Amino acid sequence: MTAAGRALALETKGLSKRFGHQLAVNSVDLAVPRGLVFGFLGPNGSGKTTTIRMMLGLAAPTAGEVRVLGMDMPRQLDEVLPRVGALVEGPAFYPFLSGAANLHRFDAADRHAAPSTRRARVAEALERVGLSHAARKKVRAYSLGMKQRLGIANALLARRELLVLDEPTNGLDPQGTREVRNLVRSLAADGATVFVSSHLLAEVEQICTHAAIMSAGRLVAQGPLAELRESGTAQLRLVTPDAGTASGVLVRFGLSPVVSHPDGADAVITSSLPIGAGFDGTAGLPAANGRVAPEAIVAALVADGARVRGFTVERGSLEDRFVALTGEGFDVAQ
Amino acid sequence: MSHSDRTAAQEPEAQEPSAQEPNGHGQAVHRLTVRDSPTPGTRRRPSSGSLLASELKQLFRRRRTQAMLLALAAIPVVIAVVVRVSSAVPPGRGPAFLDRISQNGLFVAVTAMLVSVPLFLPLTIGVVAGDTIAGEAGLGTLRYLLVAPAGRVRLLLVKYAGAAVFCISAPLAVALAGAGIGWVLFPVGPVALLSGDLVEPDEALVRMLLIAAYQAVSLLGLSAIGLFLSTLTDVPVGAMAATIVLSVVSQVLDQLPQLEWLHPWLFTHNWFGFADLLRQPIGWDSFGDNALLQAGYIAVFGALAYGRFVSKDVLS
Repeated sequence: MTAAGRALALETKGLSKRFGHQLAVNSVDLAVPRGLVFGFLGPNGSGKTTTIRMMLGLAAPTAGEVRVLGMDMPRQLDEVLPRVGALVEGPAFYPFLSGAANLHRFDAADRHAAPSTRRARVAEALERVGLSHAARKKVRAYSLGMKQRLGIANALLARRELLVLDEPTNGLDPQGTREVRNLVRSLAADGATVFVSSHLLAEVEQICTHAAIMSAGRLVAQGPLAELRESGTAQLRLVTPDAGTASGVLVRFGLSPVVSHPDGADAVITSSLPIGAGFDGTAGLPAANGRVAPEAIVAALVADGARVRGFTVERGSLEDRFVALTGEGFDVAQ
Repeated sequence: MSHSDRTAAQEPEAQEPSAQEPNGHGQAVHRLTVRDSPTPGTRRRPSSGSLLASELKQLFRRRRTQAMLLALAAIPVVIAVVVRVSSAVPPGRGPAFLDRISQNGLFVAVTAMLVSVPLFLPLTIGVVAGDTIAGEAGLGTLRYLLVAPAGRVRLLLVKYAGAAVFCISAPLAVALAGAGIGWVLFPVGPVALLSGDLVEPDEALVRMLLIAAYQAVSLLGLSAIGLFLSTLTDVPVGAMAATIVLSVVSQVLDQLPQLEWLHPWLFTHNWFGFADLLRQPIGWDSFGDNALLQAGYIAVFGALAYGRFVSKDVLS
């Protein structure tokens, strides 16, 4: 095993899954370093859950390989899974059993779990998600939020090195969402890697440091959150009475300005602006990597005699980046 | 993987149980210290009994299972009550032995066991065996059992074991309820066997338990078929219905003289062959033949279930 492989909690190489004619997961190379809270983003139907199912040995990949905690899946499934807690595609329980009895059942299924500590571990897991008061209640009578918490409690039955949480805040009220966020942070503080799949960007932005974005079965981006945001484009907004001169300058920088006259007097010119962490464009010319420094644009505008009355550059949010990568509208994933 | 890596991975697990162990639980603590070997990298000895215990508890605490056993037990009760309140049973009509009940209560059990063979017993077995895997898949709990990880082969074996225990319980419910109600409503005395010998009631009770055992064995093959069908679908009702339909189809085929060559291979062929257990001395041949036939069905459908379930994508 390589040093890099050991540092990864999750790793897939060329992972693909075909259902009939449809390629649900298409050659995904995912690398999740240990000890992080990693967000797995993508619209509904983009292949997130199928990827997770293959990671956990529930479905066999059509091609490619999966390594979890440095071990081959599904070959070393029996060694890997006791160290992994999972919430897959929503919670599922026996409605005719109580919350505690459900957890006892799943814990009994793990042949490495000690029966002697089962009662204590179930009680602790229920306590941790705030369900102790409903432990004896039949799951049939649970609300969606309570089931979701019970599902998380099931993932916490033993000390885990990796937690795979698929849509953990689904169906939770704002307080519940907050509690789950705190729970995820405390798990990460204990040294566990937390892999959170979600289509809620705000949620990922709040708890994750790294993320990967899926779209139509492909992995379209992954890395630190800050980097994901910055690698997008920013929006430039320029207010000037000299629309013609200013447009000429912007075109010289390789931008495509859009001129409008909202209140008649001054023109408002907007353009998307490819920016990078370095802003390494030199005055007058776009940088070799296509990125442009905003101050260089202002300097060029002033030099050409365009009166700059307003100039802003707004960096894109993760949402902009997400939409840019995965497309707009409801029918993005076929 | 390297040894040092494995050690690092195991440490948190080994520490945890002792940290959470409640005080004053002397036996459990002792077991933990024995089990957790100090050698790094050694796993806690797997406990394979937990899942079977959990499965049996779940099966027999479930209302549906209890209702089915109660319904089976109600068959002899209904027969006994009907015979008791009616003035006389015309000899030679109705199920076999029906006319003997009023002279000897133990015949309630024999009659009820005979009546329940073609439909009632396969019906309940079909429900239990068809539910094994498909039921878990339908609830979505299958993925959590497998992620636990239960192990696919282990889960399949535990599920079959649960169904097998039900196969034993179902005929037993009929036999015991029949003996009980017969004892209450009718006189009980020595029983005349098919060979003409008279045996005492306690010996007769043993014979009835033997019939129940024969029926349990009869149902094992059907359970294996149900288990296999259950791995094919996420809809438990479908697997249940298919299992029950197969048991009926097999009995119908067994009635068609044109298919005589097929009859010895049908899993229902020996279902009524327990008459030899009511002779003196007991004839074990039919018991053996039946056991062999059922073992064949268990082997074939067990292998099919294994082949299907081990490679199945669990998408429910």
